[in-house]
Amino acid sequence: MLDGRTAAAAPGDLRSGPGPGDVEIKNLNLNFGPQHPAAHGVLRLVLEMDGEIVERADPHIGLLHRGTEKLIEHKTYLQAVPYFDRLDYVAPMNQEHAFALATEKLLGIEAPPRGQAIRVLYAEIGRVLNHLLNVPAYAMDVGALTPFLWAFEEREKLMGFYERVCGARLHAAYFRPGGVHRDLPAGLADDIRDWRAAFPKVIDDIETLLTENRIFKQRSVDIGVVDAKDALDWGFSGPMLRASGLAWDLRKAQPYDGYEDYDFDIPVGRNGDCYDRYLVRVEETRQSLHIIDQALDRLETLDGPVAADDNKITPPKRGEMKRSMEALIHHFKLYTEGYRVPAGETYTAVEAPKGEFGVYLVADGTNKPYRCKIRAPGFAHLQATDFMSRGHMLADVCAIVGSMDVVFGEVDR
Amino acid sequence: MTLEALNELKEHVLAVLPPDAIGEATGAEIVHGELCLTVGRASIVMVLTRLRDDPNCAFTCLVDLCGVDWPAREQRFDVVYNLLSVTANLRCRVKVQTDEETPVPSVAEVFSAAGWFERETWDLYGIYFADNPDLRRLLTDYGFDGHPLRKDFPLTGFVEVRYDEEQKRVVYEPVTLQQDYRTFDFLSPWEGMTRGLPPVAPGDEKAAPAGAAEG
Repeated sequence: MLDGRTAAAAPGDLRSGPGPGDVEIKNLNLNFGPQHPAAHGVLRLVLEMDGEIVERADPHIGLLHRGTEKLIEHKTYLQAVPYFDRLDYVAPMNQEHAFALATEKLLGIEAPPRGQAIRVLYAEIGRVLNHLLNVPAYAMDVGALTPFLWAFEEREKLMGFYERVCGARLHAAYFRPGGVHRDLPAGLADDIRDWRAAFPKVIDDIETLLTENRIFKQRSVDIGVVDAKDALDWGFSGPMLRASGLAWDLRKAQPYDGYEDYDFDIPVGRNGDCYDRYLVRVEETRQSLHIIDQALDRLETLDGPVAADDNKITPPKRGEMKRSMEALIHHFKLYTEGYRVPAGETYTAVEAPKGEFGVYLVADGTNKPYRCKIRAPGFAHLQATDFMSRGHMLADVCAIVGSMDVVFGEVDR
Repeated sequence: MTLEALNELKEHVLAVLPPDAIGEATGAEIVHGELCLTVGRASIVMVLTRLRDDPNCAFTCLVDLCGVDWPAREQRFDVVYNLLSVTANLRCRVKVQTDEETPVPSVAEVFSAAGWFERETWDLYGIYFADNPDLRRLLTDYGFDGHPLRKDFPLTGFVEVRYDEEQKRVVYEPVTLQQDYRTFDFLSPWEGMTRGLPPVAPGDEKAAPAGAAEG
């Protein structure tokens, strides 16, 4: 690693360059990724290093760029929904949520209460799904394998709930503008309750392995410290911002879909280091369970439709189509032409598990979005890699990138 | 965000900014409960700095920066800055217009987050940001040609890549489509799906607007 050479010079003469026994060190350029287990996908990080110390980090992204925004401009509003699953594929429904809310805002409609409660339920399941991936993946970056295996067992169960409600484990296309695609199947709510009752034990187990673990703390405490002012300056959001001590959560500050009626706490860190980000995520998982409880209670009493009762936007029931000519026409028109959205623009954001996920949607009055800019939280976080890892050791870069919780589906779009 | 708070913010913002910063025939409007300012290109750095430093609005976070392409317009691009104030719990959108040649002053000095967002906008739209310290392409391939999110860039693109077994490397070739690119125009004048919007159908532009028929 050291490109060294020695040159003859008078001993003790500092100006004439290195003397015998001295080693001249040249900065080393290190390519980290894109095929590296700690690169969380396809991050290519060009590191300029002075020995073990990072002097400059230059992330190269775009290796997973699929032109999502361009594709959405060529699809109807309904056809655009599945692209959002493919952004942050760790918690797919939370992305759809932002697009559904943005479209609803332009259409001037709102999801009915039962639809909103189902969305909240699944948005929180998505949050647990996400933190169940990130927390143990971060632990693996700093040396612990076991939590990963435990968490994936739970993720499997949660994706089972996804599958039962929409037919797909990952690419759900379940939150549609106007509500959700269909109601919960019989028995699902009870199974979610059973899972919820057993799940805190898993978090406790993961925490016994990590939270007070000496190696884990040595690798994460005081690594990648960001204060609240810098965090805002770099556009941080979600757990990255809260770990820096700012109690900012869109579910509380700018509530959507009835979040103002749910009772939960926002965990806040103090130091803004990797360890605090880990603690915030673990506590958020527990808080999500409280929201899941309340959403399930609410669903017991709430009856009624799960999507807006407007057949110009949401498709008619299958049974209705067998009898009503008008319903059949609506179905056909909705899945070919789609609905037209009045000209206008909106920036609508949700509190996705990774942070503020926003959609800047420009409609021109036709059936296709004119422009759909996707604001991914991971994009802003990854941008700060250079700022956060400067002066740290190479091994800390893995910890910093791991604690950012980046998924390249959403960063590269 | 209540409408009163937004109106208050609008008044406040207009008071904070010098009158010539807000472009002619544009200004500030509140649509869908969101405040949108249109400002002159040259004053964008000053506007964002004031919005950030003013203690009453304190838009300290640049949430998003992106471009929008309107090819029919003389100044064909919009650059849209979405700001967030966590102390006042408010959002604000600032827009400037530009064309292919004219650079927009970079705001990377005002918000560190702007660096990559400007790189992305440069990459996808070809909007040039003056004084951005690192205006390289970001999302597209190394050596990519063109700006893919412009409306005149075809969805299929121009080049495709594949692994060549004989040369043992990835090769770049012009796009060949197995069948013609199919773009379906489903827009129909059928009043059923228009929900009160005037019907627009391709080739139907000459039809008298609904209001004119009555009058």
